[in-house]
Amino acid sequence: MIGADAMIKCLEAEGVKVVFGYPGVAICPFYNSILNSNIRTVLIRTEQNAAHAASGMARITGRPGVCAVTSGPGATNVITGIATAFADSIPLVCITGQVVSELIGSDVFQEADITGAVESFVKYSYLIKDVKDIPRVFKEAFHIANTGRKGPVLIDVPIDIQNAPLNNFAYPEEVNLRTYKPTVKGHAVQIKKVIQELQKAKRPIICAGGGVLLSEAEEELRTFVEKYRIPVVSTMMGIGVMPTKHPLYYGMVGNNGRPYANKAMNESDLLIMVGARVADRAVSQPGLITRNKVLVHIDVDPAEIGKNAGPTIPLVGDAKNIFQDFLKEEFSCDHDEWLDTLDEYRRDLEIHRNPNPDYVDPAAFITALSEKMQDDAIYVADVGQNQIWSCAYHVVKKGRFLTTGGMGTMGYSIPAAMGAKLAAPERQVIAVCGDGSFQMSMMELATMRQHNIPVKIIVLKNNYLGMVREYQHYTYQDHYSVVDLSGSPDLSMIAAAYGMRFQRLERMEHVDEAIDAFLEKDASVLMECVIDPMDLVK
Amino acid sequence: MNKRIYSVLVENRSGVLSKVAGLFSRRSYNIDSLAVGETDDASVSCMTIVSTGDERTLEQIEKQLNKKLDVIKVKTFEEHQSVSRELMLCKVKYNKNNRRDIMEICEIMKAEIVDMSKHYLMIQICSTPEKTRLLLTMLQSISIVEVARTGTLALLKCAENE
Repeated sequence: MIGADAMIKCLEAEGVKVVFGYPGVAICPFYNSILNSNIRTVLIRTEQNAAHAASGMARITGRPGVCAVTSGPGATNVITGIATAFADSIPLVCITGQVVSELIGSDVFQEADITGAVESFVKYSYLIKDVKDIPRVFKEAFHIANTGRKGPVLIDVPIDIQNAPLNNFAYPEEVNLRTYKPTVKGHAVQIKKVIQELQKAKRPIICAGGGVLLSEAEEELRTFVEKYRIPVVSTMMGIGVMPTKHPLYYGMVGNNGRPYANKAMNESDLLIMVGARVADRAVSQPGLITRNKVLVHIDVDPAEIGKNAGPTIPLVGDAKNIFQDFLKEEFSCDHDEWLDTLDEYRRDLEIHRNPNPDYVDPAAFITALSEKMQDDAIYVADVGQNQIWSCAYHVVKKGRFLTTGGMGTMGYSIPAAMGAKLAAPERQVIAVCGDGSFQMSMMELATMRQHNIPVKIIVLKNNYLGMVREYQHYTYQDHYSVVDLSGSPDLSMIAAAYGMRFQRLERMEHVDEAIDAFLEKDASVLMECVIDPMDLVK
Repeated sequence: MNKRIYSVLVENRSGVLSKVAGLFSRRSYNIDSLAVGETDDASVSCMTIVSTGDERTLEQIEKQLNKKLDVIKVKTFEEHQSVSRELMLCKVKYNKNNRRDIMEICEIMKAEIVDMSKHYLMIQICSTPEKTRLLLTMLQSISIVEVARTGTLALLKCAENE
């Protein structure tokens, strides 16, 4: 056995089914050994997307997604994908090949100091110097990636280590890290304090973030809020913690969120933030959410608590664990009046658009699409105006809504949808992007065809980088700079070139038939929706 | 702006210093001084970091340090809770007119002259950061050639352990 065989054995021991990647000489021993395994390999068309695809897979399986790329440019290309996963706390294990150990530091062909370069975007990184360390490092990497606040871990393996003989392989049963013991269970005293506040509160609200989904606490959260009738809002990363139409769910907060969600949060007298960072897009004025109210902040990462807003009650722990503990308490509370007020706000403050009838209205289209999608479908939104419309108008039933809210990396949706589809082949997976973000990842149509990954793609086409155009509209009075996407390809020909079915929708007439045809078979389809180039999200 | 001392026990491995120092630059925290050395346990190093900032930043520094996987333990304290020392070597150019002044300064400040040549003197002081700074100020009126300082080393006062 050589190091590369050991690496594969580690992945098998971790139950890894798919590795996304792109080979090069420095990772060839690994890709040679993987042929002796049942692990599926997917040749992605650019390394950044290997990390995005692994991210999509991780978010559906709840296990770290894995990608493996070569040294130098392979490794540096994957950084944006790693940084995206880091910002959204998605567990990844990224394996990079490295040049021969003794040549490290001499600037040889395709050498890059990748552990140094990714330091600010990983939870941890390893440069393996001894083949005997492989089992321990892999065990630790998977453990670190998927516990506490989840995130990417990078393992850099020089080619000579991959080729070095290893006599005994034993995958460790346990990890022993003296420096890493995340607090999962909430402190009993703090939990009691929160319950006391809930009993006192007249206007409580829970703001759920991506952390609730990462800890798979949706059911606990729902049971709890239904039992005590507590209203819920979410951040962008928290969309899907409750079905959109749930009577206790009042939408997404933030500068692109629902006005009534923000109003509800600001007027509450008890705000429980859970698994949310209180970041600028969700809470533009952190001062407001501490004013005249008790702020409870629940997070598995103690550094997030108090970073942007000083809470009254900090509660460190995993959301699932904490809501299980909350459910063990029995108390009474009455918020009917508050809920009536919120329902009024929801009625009165709904956003009304005036869509241009000459184009597809993205809001109405997305609502129609999501109503026709299967209950457990996975909707992957890209970045740009399409993301804001998706957040506002996609109706989550029992499915998932995936997007990158932290880093906002354009081109995320197609590779992430591919990862999600491989994780759940029986579910509908739909990527919704703009014509800008589509062109950042359209090379992956080849990957979809080659590996038979039937993802459905919607392109909201306006021939602009819409989100930036909208910003220039407001900030620079329509003084547009570098946002015109003229020169974009004819998408019908792109679809034909990749052997995909193609549909174009130019107006809202026949929208139902178009969506039915789009969703009909479990096959990849590219659907272009022509939207008003001057449309605004606000 | 408050001053805080962080006594950080870290895994004694390559790359750890850059990870910890990188954390400060990345999140734009100040480093007033940084001193690193092995402890009695060869697998553990102690980094003494002095930083200034508002209370929230100083608290974030502690939390972010604790998040680093190579950090074993973070102790934070104020200067007055600790015994702090700094070692400084300072080389000055002297002449017959100022030699006596230099020696007097050294005597008052309890600094030592540890090396000497025809035109140069090397002065050593091991004292509180405050006194070390004071000596440097005093020597600035004479011509300083070069200076090397360790940065602050600090441990909590013994009484704090009782």
